[in-house]
Amino acid sequence: MTSSSSVRQADRPIGALDSERIRADFPILKLEVNGKPLVYLDNAASSQMPQQVIDRLVRYQTAEHANIHRGVHYLSETATAAYEGARAKVQRFINAKEAREVIYTRGTTDSVNLVMHGYGRAFIGAGDEIIVSQLEHHSNIVPWQMLCEEKGAKLRVIPCNDAGELLLEEYAKLFNSHTRFVAITHVSNALGTINPVKEMIATAHQHGVPVLIDGAQAIPHMKVDVQDLDCDFYAFSAHKMCGPTGIGILYGKAALLEKMKPFEGGGDMILSVTFEKTTYNVIPHKFEAGTPPIAAGIGLGAAIDYLESVGMDHIAAQEHDLITYATQAFGELKDVRIIGTARAKAGVLSFTMKGVHPHDVGTILNEEGVAVRTGHHCAQPVMQRFGIPATARASFYLYNTQAEIDELVAALHKVRRIFG
Amino acid sequence: MESKHLYQEVILDHNRKPRNWGKIADATHRAEGLNPLCGDHIWLSLKLDDGKIGGIAFEGESCAICKASSSMMTTNVKGKSIEEAERLIREFRDMSTGNLDTASQPNHLGRLSVFAGVSDLPSRVKCAILPWHTLHAALNSEPTISTEGDRDPVATER
Repeated sequence: MTSSSSVRQADRPIGALDSERIRADFPILKLEVNGKPLVYLDNAASSQMPQQVIDRLVRYQTAEHANIHRGVHYLSETATAAYEGARAKVQRFINAKEAREVIYTRGTTDSVNLVMHGYGRAFIGAGDEIIVSQLEHHSNIVPWQMLCEEKGAKLRVIPCNDAGELLLEEYAKLFNSHTRFVAITHVSNALGTINPVKEMIATAHQHGVPVLIDGAQAIPHMKVDVQDLDCDFYAFSAHKMCGPTGIGILYGKAALLEKMKPFEGGGDMILSVTFEKTTYNVIPHKFEAGTPPIAAGIGLGAAIDYLESVGMDHIAAQEHDLITYATQAFGELKDVRIIGTARAKAGVLSFTMKGVHPHDVGTILNEEGVAVRTGHHCAQPVMQRFGIPATARASFYLYNTQAEIDELVAALHKVRRIFG
Repeated sequence: MESKHLYQEVILDHNRKPRNWGKIADATHRAEGLNPLCGDHIWLSLKLDDGKIGGIAFEGESCAICKASSSMMTTNVKGKSIEEAERLIREFRDMSTGNLDTASQPNHLGRLSVFAGVSDLPSRVKCAILPWHTLHAALNSEPTISTEGDRDPVATER
């Protein structure tokens, strides 16, 4: 989609999204579930796709598909241009200095694992320390634990307070001469806390320690400028930002990426191969072995076009309105406890209901057509911190409305009636 | 699937007031059951007397479906032989996975057929089956079972 699109909202005053026009772009929102209009509030798990992105995928598959980076024929050149064009869109979207700092991966998890294998295994050793936070998704814990186990390194954890905010003084105290790496989330998927990552990156850099930011829950919802943050690595997925599954991005500073070892070997990541010696390709291709999900990459580019046509500031403002409205509405619900009350919070509302397990809440909400996530949200250390096995989580995106939050609240009243 | 079909009064009642809650002090068999996806976690203990289940108790943290299923299981298998208990385990699993229609096919489930509705809710099948799977483990002297991995009761072969 281009900036001249009919949904161009970016020029409107901030916080004034035209919900009806936005919703019209998302065909799936017209669905009925169990005879009720779908109320989709599971956006932190995966967002829905607008027609503009669907159309782009169809156009690619209908008239542009061939393998990339190798053919001299028309289709291969067309596909390569579209795929590399999408990389350039990502570069601009996150304000990376160069397109070669943008590596295609399968998603955030794959991005973190790439850094663990390519950087961690080369530069972290016995007795070294890696700092993560209490708020991490398992995908930003487990790879580092695997590395610690392999190398005899140690994981250190930044604690959080009862609101779900990281304790920055404790964070500063974790640094010592053994600290080699920091891996922290920009926005907590379980609680919605927006971490002050710019400040935290500066702290790490004072100790000469590089930082990876898990941006999966941030990039769909706010402007991210990797140069301004000065992060060394930034990881995210397309499917949480109106794009397809199966594709994600690892941003890395060129100097670090060049020092790193390739993670996977194969085609496309080499310059020359003999049985005696293989010369690796330059970045980003050094890290992109094999035929990638080309359509998904192009779809990510289309998703960025779409989000920019709406305006990231507008999206952030809309979600801020929604979380404010929902928090207020939940305040009037008897026996409902909001988990995660940070001052800086994205559009994530995690909650428990007294005497009702979150899975029972989720099943009854589903009958009302309301889709929420229930469980530990792949963040068991967060659940342990708050002494609960699980939560129900409503998470918002640009197409959600206050009327949908009213539906959620009405459905919660039904849960209360059933469980008494 | 309307919740009034699944969340029937009998299930809500067993959730509110679980029967046989706690542990058997002189248990001959014990097992721990875990559903890592939703966090259901139960401990089951029982005492075999003369080849029959003399006493049985459970405790833990779980959703209403798992807790009610556990509670009703304990009341149903008490006094039963191992063979009878294993038959109920098989029938309950078949019902929950949609492979046994309690209305038209012979079975011994009785009131346990209130759980038939879970077969329409794939994400909740494991909640209902967990206590039965745990009972099977206890009777076969396996200390811990999980609804994930190799021991997934609703894995692909079903």
